[in-house]
Amino acid sequence: MRSAIGQPISRVDGPAKVRGQARYAGEFQPHGLVHAVLVTSTIVQGRIIAIDDSEALRVPGVMAVISHLNAPRLPWHIPEQRPVVDPKAGEPLHLFQGPEVHFNGQPVALVIAGTLEGATEAAARVQVSYAPANGVTMFDEASARPPHPDTASAGRPGTTSRGDADAALAQAAVRIDATYRQPREHHNAIEPHVTIAAWDGDHLTLYDKTQWVDNDRQEVAHALGISESQIRVISPFVGGAFGSALRTWPHVIAAAIAAREVRRPVRLELTRRQLYSGIGFRPRTEQRIALGADRDGRLQAVVHEATAQTARYEEYAETTVNTTTKAYACRNVRTAYRLADMNINSPCPMRAPGTVTGIFALETAMDELAVALNMDPLELRLRNFADHDQHQQHPWSSNELQACYRAAAEKFGWHRRPQQPGTLRHDGKQVGYGMAMTMYPANREAASASVSVFANGTALIRSAASDMGPGTYTSMTQVAAECLGLPVDKIGFELGDTDLPVAPVHGGSITMASVGNAVMAACRSVESRLIDLARAPGSGPFAGVKLADLVCRDGAVMRASGAVGEAVPYGELLRRCGLSKLDSESHAEPGEEEEQFSSSAFGAVFAEVHVDAGLGTIRVPRLVGAYDIGRVVNPKIARSQCIGGMVGGIGMALLEAAEWDARFGRVMNSNLAEYLVPVCADVGELDVTFVASDDRNFNPLGVKGVAEIAICGVAPAIGNAIYNATGRRLRDLPFTPARLLAG
Amino acid sequence: MQPPQTSRSVALTVNGRVHHLEVDVRTTLLDALRDRLGLAGAKKGCGLGQCGACTVLVDGRRVVSCLTLAVMNEGRNIVTIEGLADGDALHPLQAAFVEHDAFQCGYCTPGQIMSALGLLREGHDISDAVIREQMSGNLCRCGAYSNIVAAIRQVAEA
Ligand code: FES
Ligand code: FES
Repeated sequence: MRSAIGQPISRVDGPAKVRGQARYAGEFQPHGLVHAVLVTSTIVQGRIIAIDDSEALRVPGVMAVISHLNAPRLPWHIPEQRPVVDPKAGEPLHLFQGPEVHFNGQPVALVIAGTLEGATEAAARVQVSYAPANGVTMFDEASARPPHPDTASAGRPGTTSRGDADAALAQAAVRIDATYRQPREHHNAIEPHVTIAAWDGDHLTLYDKTQWVDNDRQEVAHALGISESQIRVISPFVGGAFGSALRTWPHVIAAAIAAREVRRPVRLELTRRQLYSGIGFRPRTEQRIALGADRDGRLQAVVHEATAQTARYEEYAETTVNTTTKAYACRNVRTAYRLADMNINSPCPMRAPGTVTGIFALETAMDELAVALNMDPLELRLRNFADHDQHQQHPWSSNELQACYRAAAEKFGWHRRPQQPGTLRHDGKQVGYGMAMTMYPANREAASASVSVFANGTALIRSAASDMGPGTYTSMTQVAAECLGLPVDKIGFELGDTDLPVAPVHGGSITMASVGNAVMAACRSVESRLIDLARAPGSGPFAGVKLADLVCRDGAVMRASGAVGEAVPYGELLRRCGLSKLDSESHAEPGEEEEQFSSSAFGAVFAEVHVDAGLGTIRVPRLVGAYDIGRVVNPKIARSQCIGGMVGGIGMALLEAAEWDARFGRVMNSNLAEYLVPVCADVGELDVTFVASDDRNFNPLGVKGVAEIAICGVAPAIGNAIYNATGRRLRDLPFTPARLLAG
Repeated sequence: MQPPQTSRSVALTVNGRVHHLEVDVRTTLLDALRDRLGLAGAKKGCGLGQCGACTVLVDGRRVVSCLTLAVMNEGRNIVTIEGLADGDALHPLQAAFVEHDAFQCGYCTPGQIMSALGLLREGHDISDAVIREQMSGNLCRCGAYSNIVAAIRQVAEA
């Protein structure tokens, strides 16, 4: 019975999803619901001098037009301890609090009407006049500055250094030094961001698209200046987010203000176009990497300098260079991270934020070094394997990277790769093989969960976690089933509600390691309560039996010896004791292991590309990845996360870029037909292997994290394969036909 | 100037049932389904005809319901994801999507399934390449494409 963990069961919420019955935030229908539509700015910097809403108010059914002219003044407190998902310097946009405009697309007014059509029409009739000022719309690396000290101390350091990288570089026998560019990219989850706000007296209920209900509540409470106990956030299903729903964006506050103003529940859904300025995005980043090695390929020097764009009103920074400090064994490593302030909306985490960007540059550079050395790129990586974290000077809590290299190389058939580029052909296409290393830090945060065991033999587990797609409902059900020894179909799991025990952010691939261990702890604690119940003098079926002689196994309390006496299933135990249920709540948090070990997921990804030399088109018929993600709770769902990451990586490599119009400081292709994301026909064979791994040094459950590791490494593997196919080195994402064919 | 007439009554036949509605003439079929009929299975991803999340069948053909107005669909036979299962028994496509884990967040899923249903009725010579091409109007940002292809192929071959 105790084998629920590791089983490839189908998603427990699958039937609801395929029936169209899973309820996403915008689909709740509180009585009297009305609709709100945002009006957004058309200048990048300056002031609003007038808002004429007379035409808008004449549209039938319009209830209000809210702007800084009539909105309530809000305190907009900053939480004493800034939430991990928020920038550490500057302040979030204070919506409708003044006439200042900081970027094009900034919400400047909100129209509320009885129908969506009425609100949409009226929003188009709001006339806003501006006094524009000069803004910064060009990405200018030269003007970049180091991050604020608070940003640096929160794990995004401006500079790190060990040894003397620049001197070692100058002396290295073999060197490469190049610049890599990644454009602004957008999450484009298929579900738009949407909030329904409903006030009942001074109590606010928010149905919101969020990856963190508890923080959403905290941020809204701080902005509005009300107590957290007055707010409930509900978010049972999230239609993809990829980091875009980590923070509370201005429209959430707008919905709350509007609902209070019109005394009706209000739904505010951003349009697809508004999603390009109303929420964050992956910031444009330029990187220089210089590598020096001896003739045997041993790294002597690593220099990694990155510059990313950020908003002028608050400072978002990424961990772009962090991987480089620990990816390979090298005595001399220097990294630097700088920010270029622009009149843009604030960027935010998107699928492996920073890490995927840094790994793109690092792993392309490693391929260039392999070429310079005339060495197999896999061999180069094996020679520079970091057997411990040289940055933090800690051992790895576990590291199966070498097993990943072996497994993926063998499945891929890496030995067939020609060292000489441009030599393989298939069906008139140039064929190339490339590979990259991938890693993503394994983190864990404090989390709580409750368990109720019922007299009918079922159990309900609850935690204010989130499930934007990785399968939290299912994996937590499996953890509870295993811990309680009950079948999966006897377990219920509830999440996405601030009324439930506190959970950390659903991001950074930390949910399994954080909430999973809380679920495990809660199950252990309810088991000890069940044993107490069983031993209770008088009423208990095992009255008088010593504590040490009883265990919980297979959903029942029984004697540890297993020999004497009956096993009493939990449901029966409760019934015998006249109880309808038994509850317990527990908390789990990281301990000293954080000081003793560095924890990371690892992987290796191999790509085959086919290039049409005449048209410049690039196809990826095959990706093979092998991953060390610790213990795998559900291989079917974990694989889905990995192929999802691979598809995201194909998008990053070949398709995705916001086309920036510097005249207006605006994204030109702000829709899904022109901002290209992978479609079904773009995706070939995706092969995923999980190498044996179980990281109990990191946490009792032995898991690491899945989602984000899988997008990292894909773009460089594809770029390196393009080099192998064509002899052309592409360093700017995405690798478009135009770039491939250019001179 | 007289304001133009902005609402009209319409009878929509959805999953075999006729619904009489008074709608703003600009109401899309998608918004009518989601907000007026409580059939939120059809999803809004873009409202621009670019993502396929809102796919339903209209007279047997797949249609992006965000690009057609409710008032244009009177008398047509509309099938949404809610009309597929037979009580507790999932439609074979629904069951295959669950079995192959052909989604993560599930938001594109009703549209994928409705599109697949349309595809299977279009008389193509089914192969993986045909499925990939024919399903390319339905975006899945979670990247479940290979599992979607596997699920559809299983049903096509059954
Ligand atoms: S919502 Fe209709 S195609 Fe996107
Ligand atoms: S399952 Fe999330 S968009 Fe397809």
